[in-house]
Amino acid sequence: MNEIIIEARELRKTLGRGAGQVQALRGIDLSLRRGELTLLMGPSGSGKTTLLLILGCMLAPSSGTLSICGTSTEHADKEALAKLRRDHFGFVFQSYHLFPTLTAAQNVQMALDIRGEHGRAAAKRARAALGLVGLEQKARSRPNALSGGEQQRVAIARAIVANPSVILADEPTSALDGDNGRTIMRILAETAHERDRAVLVVTHDPRIIPFADRIIEIEDGLLVNEKSDGPEQLRVPKAAALRP
Amino acid sequence: MSLVMTLASRNLFHDRLRFIATLVGIVFSVVLVMIQMGLFLGFGRMVTTMIDHANADLWVIPKGAKCFEDPSLLDLKLREKVAAVDGVASVVPLVIGFSDWRLDSGEMTPVFVIGTDLKEGVLSPWNVVDGDVHALSQSGGVAVDRSYFDRLGIKGLGATAEIRGRRVKVVALTDGIRSFTTTPFVFVDLKNARLYTGTFPNRASDLVARLKPDTDRAKAIDAVRAQVGDAEVLTADEFRSRSRSFWLFGTGAGAALFAGALLGVIVGTVIVAQTLYSSTKDHLSEFATLRAMGSSNNYIYNVIIYQALLNAVIGFVLAAAIGYVVVEMTAKSALPIVITPWLVAALLALTIVMCVSSGIGAIIRVVRIDPATVFMR
Repeated sequence: MNEIIIEARELRKTLGRGAGQVQALRGIDLSLRRGELTLLMGPSGSGKTTLLLILGCMLAPSSGTLSICGTSTEHADKEALAKLRRDHFGFVFQSYHLFPTLTAAQNVQMALDIRGEHGRAAAKRARAALGLVGLEQKARSRPNALSGGEQQRVAIARAIVANPSVILADEPTSALDGDNGRTIMRILAETAHERDRAVLVVTHDPRIIPFADRIIEIEDGLLVNEKSDGPEQLRVPKAAALRP
Repeated sequence: MSLVMTLASRNLFHDRLRFIATLVGIVFSVVLVMIQMGLFLGFGRMVTTMIDHANADLWVIPKGAKCFEDPSLLDLKLREKVAAVDGVASVVPLVIGFSDWRLDSGEMTPVFVIGTDLKEGVLSPWNVVDGDVHALSQSGGVAVDRSYFDRLGIKGLGATAEIRGRRVKVVALTDGIRSFTTTPFVFVDLKNARLYTGTFPNRASDLVARLKPDTDRAKAIDAVRAQVGDAEVLTADEFRSRSRSFWLFGTGAGAALFAGALLGVIVGTVIVAQTLYSSTKDHLSEFATLRAMGSSNNYIYNVIIYQALLNAVIGFVLAAAIGYVVVEMTAKSALPIVITPWLVAALLALTIVMCVSSGIGAIIRVVRIDPATVFMR
């Protein structure tokens, strides 16, 4: 069994106040392991994003415990949570969130810069990460000169460049066509399997199911179904989906 | 090198129109402060120019005299008393006062007469560019500054006019001895000064004393003070300080200049704060992304502070260039703007403080960023 990177126990989250109060999460137990690509699926309002925010140390649970690489998030203040994100996480956002005034290489380098890695060594690592997503030749391009798929690949390079233990991706393929979506998922699957990272992808997109090692379904704040790797449980054989 | 500087500069230069508006605000503010403070320094120098150029260790002045131009008079008997004090080398009377200069055309213009014993060399005209200062001892000889030709209705050396009904002749010309009151200075011999100002022979405006070398100054000053009764004894520095205080603060001129400078600082701070805040607001999603990626708040503060510093340095360089031109343009005017290296350094520091403190609003906005918003859009 691979090492557990994120462990959540009995996570509950109440949003809003008074009559508008909503139980977004109602007792979630979840572990994310190295070398595993997990899909988190569920309808709108099911609690996917709330769970992602809590697992990504951006939102505190109302109750329950969360540990990241063995460190509990309980009592951690905002700066301590930011440090946890810096030390252990890479994020891929639905809208890419690249810095429009920086080049692709600088966007990737930014993930190292906030970790205190500067200069030529950082620039070299950023170019290498761009190489991993097949965009080394676009290192000097600004985001507005890149296609949506290329921008998302830059965002993945940014997420992996600092070798974080976990990659959290929020709807990474929703704005992309089929080919670009598959390319993105192939890179994320390689990151999980070959770089031995825990990858959690929140998605609505059924096209990416074949890339998953594990699928978790959430509904009304509860995990209602979990499927693990294996042709009998996943709808499309993973090996076929990974073919270019 | 960290990307903080890169991100800050790109954010700043990205919206060129806003950047230019910010620079205009900073330049306006710094130039305004520079001119006000330059005027303050220039005024401070102008009001003490006679004291600065007098060869005096001590000034014996009428009690309560507020400045060099004060019209009060002393009893000349004090001269002998002061001269008798051990350590005093010489005591020279000075007669000053306003009078009327009558042009050949019959027009009158006020002048400020300065007369002393020229042989003593206590307060002779300086920067003499034409003529002979020794000729002032001749009957009716005067020295004037060539910048006042129009005011005095003359064309140069040898010109004639009347002061208080007595014929005078320009025998020496100076360059750059200008009065902040715009009333021309006229240097004359002591005897003539009495005639032109209506001062009795037993009176003097001030007594200028010089001490012997190796004299115990403090002791000599105390001894002089003991001899002069109601009159006051001031060192050159004390008299300079008193004159400056009177003209700058007693008249309210200095306060007005300071108020103008303060206004400049406020305007500059508000403009920079407003543009930094709106720039930060425009880039909030980027700052939220940084925060979501795990950057510390300090990292983001640094981006904002670098933006402020870039504004400050670029704005200051432009303002300094304008300031240099203004200094050159006013160098020969009645009230030149004086910019010293200290003033430049202080203005740079002020500009940096102004711009960095302007970033506080932006920083407060950034502190409230919720990194989770990155997942909401």
